[in-house]
This record gives sequence, structure tokens and C-alpha cells, in this order.
Amino acid sequence: MTKTFGRIKADLRSGAASCESITMEYLGSAESGRRYNAFLSLFAEKAVARAREIDRKLKAGTAGPLAGMVVAVKDVISLKGERVTCGSKILEDFVAPYDATVIERLIAADAVIIGKTNMDEFAMGSSTENSAFGRTKLPQDEDRVPGGSSGGSAVAVKAGMCTTALGTDTGGSIRQPASFTGVVGLKPTYGRVSRYGLVAFASSFDQIGPFALTARDAATVLRVIAGRDERDATSADVPVPDYEKALTGDVRGVTIGIPKEYYGEALDPAIRAGVEKGIEALKAGGAKVREVSLPHTDYTIAAYYILATAEASSNLARYDGARYGYRAKDVRDLTEMYTRSRSEGFGAEVKRRIMLGTYVLSAGYYDAYYRKGQKVRRLIQNDFLEAFKSVDCLVTPTSPSTAFKAGEKIDDPLQMYLSDIYTTSANLAGIPGISIPCGADKQGLPIGLQILGKHFDEATILRVADFLETCNM
Amino acid sequence: MVTVKDVEHIAKLARLEFSEEEKQKFTHQLNRILEYVEKLNQLDTATVEPLSHVIDLQNRMRDDVVRPGLTAEEALMNAPAKTDKFFKVPKTVKGEEGG
Repeated sequence: MTKTFGRIKADLRSGAASCESITMEYLGSAESGRRYNAFLSLFAEKAVARAREIDRKLKAGTAGPLAGMVVAVKDVISLKGERVTCGSKILEDFVAPYDATVIERLIAADAVIIGKTNMDEFAMGSSTENSAFGRTKLPQDEDRVPGGSSGGSAVAVKAGMCTTALGTDTGGSIRQPASFTGVVGLKPTYGRVSRYGLVAFASSFDQIGPFALTARDAATVLRVIAGRDERDATSADVPVPDYEKALTGDVRGVTIGIPKEYYGEALDPAIRAGVEKGIEALKAGGAKVREVSLPHTDYTIAAYYILATAEASSNLARYDGARYGYRAKDVRDLTEMYTRSRSEGFGAEVKRRIMLGTYVLSAGYYDAYYRKGQKVRRLIQNDFLEAFKSVDCLVTPTSPSTAFKAGEKIDDPLQMYLSDIYTTSANLAGIPGISIPCGADKQGLPIGLQILGKHFDEATILRVADFLETCNM
Repeated sequence: MVTVKDVEHIAKLARLEFSEEEKQKFTHQLNRILEYVEKLNQLDTATVEPLSHVIDLQNRMRDDVVRPGLTAEEALMNAPAKTDKFFKVPKTVKGEEGG
């Protein structure tokens, strides 16, 4: 069942559906689509019981703003009493002792949580092949990947297994799978959404955001999950607007920048054509379009992989087999416990990034790599701040290719990293970005168009995304 | 250039261990990635301030009051091994048997 939340609310009002019947339909789709391996756990009984409770609230007129919405959650976000595996063997049996702030807020707004979705281990990957629990498949072509690392959440929305889903985006892990599967994926501004209860990968980059069928549904979810949380010191004390009100259905008076560096030779011609069609639609809608330059674009992947792996090597030091997670058997002393638990518990890509991160932070290399990376991060952020002096948002492709074949890049880490070439910049600069479907290539694989906005201005990129959806591309 | 010996050293720092075959593969892959990130040296950043935090944030103090946190049982619920109210790990101090 692929229904927008607006449609669901209408069905609830007319009596054509109940929260219970909607939840049952999604559970049916999740069951019949098991082969995609989108979910790592499904909460069938709990979800139905919760839906019945919400139906009673609807009758009594006391239901929250998300009544009727069924949400899937990436398995890197804590839901009390349920496993949170991060797609890793090292956390295979880990049960969350508390709820993440985003979960608390969704539940308080009367959303139903249907299950936890598959992902690249610790959100490290661009294909959802790096999961200890098997890869997630693209519904349109099962030999292909759905992108990553939030591939399970993207597929759950695409295949009608939920209304919306939560993912996380450290270098493109919401936007790129949204692009590959053909749904909407929003990475909010760094600090917009609390990370409390999110298992850390790279703390200065990680951000939680929604997948949805429409920009409007993404806006609805963002409004509920966004805002200051005293349990996350990096969550920003910036007012959260009513994002749905910003969706005016037009783009008159909006100035859109086209960063020329994002349209280079690496770009697939079909994707270029798709995105250019989107730009034409914006012009026809009354937006002003002008070319801008982000001169340090070519350095984003290098800076990103230095800084993100450094933060990861530090964050993942906590998996030592002592207090939680996998512990190797028959260890004689502490060092052996640490070393064997980690070596047996982590997968290859996670080890590779811990190694790279440890190297760039190690004595003698810190200045050459880590500090250099931080300086280049400043230059990249400055590029955006400069561009945003003359434009309201930027339009680019989300990914240089459409969904690739499983196995195609798994043995070539650098090629895999380069598939994030248009997305890591937003995480380096801390700005929000959204990917929306924008036609298909010759094989029918979805093309994603990315809109990047100013810090804390999700409203504008949602407005532009919402307008483009009406253009029927 | 990272050598197999460097990889062994980094692995030790990261508390990871690898087979000989994995060490070879990692050495090769790390070198490819490091070669790629070398491009950052094309940029003159002598006068650039490093960016460690992307939005303006100030430290916010709160009153130092006791608030409920995890109970000992909750904190121990995922422990691979425990005894009473403690995490249990292999012996850390070398000494006499049973000491």
C-alpha cells in the first residue's frame, strides 16, 4: 500500500480505513516483500495493539497529529526493549534500555512503529550490502542495491511497508538511497534533530531524518521530531516552523543556484537530463535560476573520509566486549578480550574505516590528515555560505549514477566512497538537503534530484521539492 | 606509503587483528585511499581556521540536580558477563593463581 499521509487521514475521516486496518495492510506488504530484506525486526502484535489504542483515541477526538501514520525505523535508533543491532554482529543481541528522543516524539504524536530496518553496518556504506544480516534488495530490480546506508528504510517506504521511515545521514545515507529507490529523503540541518538514542558513527556529521512518498509527509515528520532536546548538547535551540505551511505550491521569487562543479564529466547523461528537466520546471514556475560555483567540491570526499573515519574510530572504541555487545569466547586477558571481540564482531568495512581513522589520528599524522581535513571542511562550508549570499537554495543531482548492481563496488572501497560525491558536502557544511524522484533512466531506474538549503532553512527546500512534485516529471 | 608493518601497528592501536592475507589487502586498500586524499595538499590552508563544529553553539549549563538515570539492572541487562551488580571481565592483574 503506497498512500500518502494526507490520503490516510482522509480515509480515517471517511471511515474507509482505521489505524488498525492500515497497520495490517503494511504488515501484509512487509510479509509479502520479505525477500527484499528491508526489515531486521517487525513488531506485528505490538503495532496492531497500538493501532487499536489510537483508533480509540481517534474516536474520542484525542489523537495526536501522526495518528494513522505507520513508521519504520533504521536499526541504529534506540527503541526501548527492542534490539538495536546497527546491522552488526557485535550488537546482534543488544537490547535498547531507553527510547531515542525521536522515538519518544513519534510515539507521543501517535505514530505506530512497525519495525526496525536493515542498514550498512554502523551506517558505513552506500549500498546496504555491508549488513551482517544480508543485503537489502532494490524492489524494482532485485539484482541491484537500494543505496545506503539507510537502504532498508528507503525500500520499506517504496514497497508500501510503512507510511514514512526514519534514516540517518552522515555522508548521504538518507538522500542516496532515496534517489536509488525513488522516494523522498530529507537530511535536516546538523543540530535540527536530537541524536539522543542514536548509536554514533561520526558525531559531527550524523543527523536523523525522514523518508516519505512526498515532501509534505517528510515535512510532517520533521515538525514532530525537530527541536531542542536537553539530552543532546548539540541539538540547536532554533524555533521549529510549521513546515507544511511553507508548502505554498509555487516557487515564485525563489532564487535557485546551479553549482557548476556538480555537473561535471562523472555525471551520467540520463541523470543530467533528468535534473535539467527539473530546473526547466522551476524556471517555468517563476523561480530565478543562476549558475554558482562551489570551488572546493573536488575535495569533499577526501575531507569527508578523513574526518568521518577519525570520528568513527573514536566512537567505535566503546565496543570492547566488556559492558555490552559481543564478547569472544575463551579469552585469557583483557587485551585479548578487546582484540578478539572486535575482530570477530566487526565486518570488513567497519574495520577498514576504524583503521583509516586510527591512522589519521595517530602520532605524526594528526596535522597532515585530521587537521588538514578540518581546514578543508572550513573552505567547503565557506563555499556554501558564499553561494547562499546570492541564492536561496541549490539544485544538483543526488548521485552520479542510478542504482548499481550488487557486488559491483563491494571490493573497491574508493569507488564506493565516490558514489557519495554529491552528498557528503552537505554533511561537511552542516546544511540541510533533500532528494526527490525526478524521472528514470532508460532501464527505468529512478533518478534523484537534490536540493540543498541554508542552515535551518528546511522550509525552502521542502517548498521547492513540493512544487517539483506537482510538475509531473 | 603504508607498509604491512604500519598496518600491524595501527591494528594494535585499534585493538584489531588480521590474517596475513587481510593485512596485504588492507595495506593495498589503505594506500589507495591515502593516495586519493593526498589531493588535499593541493590546497594552501596555512591561514585557514580548522572547522570542528558546523553550527554556532554555546555551552549551556544546567543546574546540578540529581535526576533518574538507568538502574543498575538496566545498565547490566546487556552485559556479556556479570556478577552481582558488576560487569565481569577476565583477570587484569597478573599474580598468583587465585590471587
